[in-house]
Amino acid sequence: MREIDIAQVSDTVCSLFRSACCEIGDDVLSQLRRNLETEESPFGRAVLQQLLDNDRLAAEKQMPICQDTGMAVIFMEIGQDVHFTGGDVNAAIEDGVRRAYRDGCFRASVLTPLERVNTKDNTPAIVHMKLVPGEQVRITAAPKGFGSENMSRLWMLTPSQGVEGVKEAIVETVRLAGGNPCPPVVVGVGIGGTAECAMLMAKHSLTRECGEPSSDPMLAEMERELLARINDLGIGPQGLGGRTTALAVHIEQMHTHIAGLPVAVNMQCHAARHKSAVI
Amino acid sequence: MEREIHAPLLQEEIADLRAGDTVLLSGTIYTGRDAAHKRLCDRVRAGEALPFDVRNQVIYYAGPCPAKPGDAIGSCGPTTSYRMDAYAPMLCDLGLIGMIGKGQRAQSVVEAIQRNGGVYFAATGGAGALIASSVKSARVIAFEDLGTEAIRELKVERMPLIVAIDAHGGNLYEQGPAAYRR
Repeated sequence: MREIDIAQVSDTVCSLFRSACCEIGDDVLSQLRRNLETEESPFGRAVLQQLLDNDRLAAEKQMPICQDTGMAVIFMEIGQDVHFTGGDVNAAIEDGVRRAYRDGCFRASVLTPLERVNTKDNTPAIVHMKLVPGEQVRITAAPKGFGSENMSRLWMLTPSQGVEGVKEAIVETVRLAGGNPCPPVVVGVGIGGTAECAMLMAKHSLTRECGEPSSDPMLAEMERELLARINDLGIGPQGLGGRTTALAVHIEQMHTHIAGLPVAVNMQCHAARHKSAVI
Repeated sequence: MEREIHAPLLQEEIADLRAGDTVLLSGTIYTGRDAAHKRLCDRVRAGEALPFDVRNQVIYYAGPCPAKPGDAIGSCGPTTSYRMDAYAPMLCDLGLIGMIGKGQRAQSVVEAIQRNGGVYFAATGGAGALIASSVKSARVIAFEDLGTEAIRELKVERMPLIVAIDAHGGNLYEQGPAAYRR
């Protein structure tokens, strides 16, 4: 058994969000550059260039890429031989988020859903924990903006709709979203499971390196086909028309019920922020 | 060649703007997003005065990050506009001349723009750090309790915008994708 002080968890969460909000990953930057070379639309090229300029400036000045520094989504894989010491690990995570948003001058965007009362420190975070073998803790911070989150969709298809029905649902979600989710987007997809599981897979798929194909050859082929179909929609950067509507499609799947075919699409803007660390 | 325009905007100044034109906007504009729009329209319905006269003004759909010490403002890109569609026609009919945001608008807003000779500009969503460099000063003028959603008066210099919807039936969110659809 390995002991890990919760202060280390809190500090790791804090530094991951500080970095994620200001420094977009090389995975996204290289996709933006690649598409800048192939984009045919003048507005599309101008937007992609602005995004590259913006992302460089944000990193230089250590200011947020986007004013929507999101809800603080966290994935934690906790080794089953880990023992957290020093108090409540949940509180330590919230403390890390609170410090990151305060010290980074990030926006406090979190409020009660009905009364709309802002908590003013961007807590609570959205935390997904999973037990895994071993004695390490892997933490991924993925701040999620709501321009794209709002364009997400759950489709409870029937088995008769099959693979083509799944593909149509995914493309239709992107078409309906148009320019709203800040394209070029990353399209996160979860197929199977239950309703909530499908969306969690879709969300988790967004923590993959942007454009890295699925390890499942069938899903990887589906990702390639869907990316081409989505980019044929013509929506383009910011919805102003062009070839670059999506940078990547990421799909995860799991077993589902004989009566069902859930498909969740979690839309991610070009600020596809995610940083990980292992304790 | 980008055209320079100055807010508050005169109708003559923008009458010939067409969807797809690029402009550089300088002058005074006001931030306002979901919660502020709700309050503005509640006040209009109640017959109360607004915290600023919207005639000839431009509202920027934005909720900025807090400014770091020494900066005028934090990251400050546009938010998605359709959420303000429920409120925008009322403000347009009171004389609001320009809106800055991102994404498609409802038909009711398109009609309000045409009826009043207004304009809807697109700023680049997610370019919050870049856009902040166009903002020279910011001060809260209303609804301070709303935090980032308060109404701020911004002094901007050469803020790069694209005319997305004009008063003459032009709509870049329709024309643009149609040209590239396969």
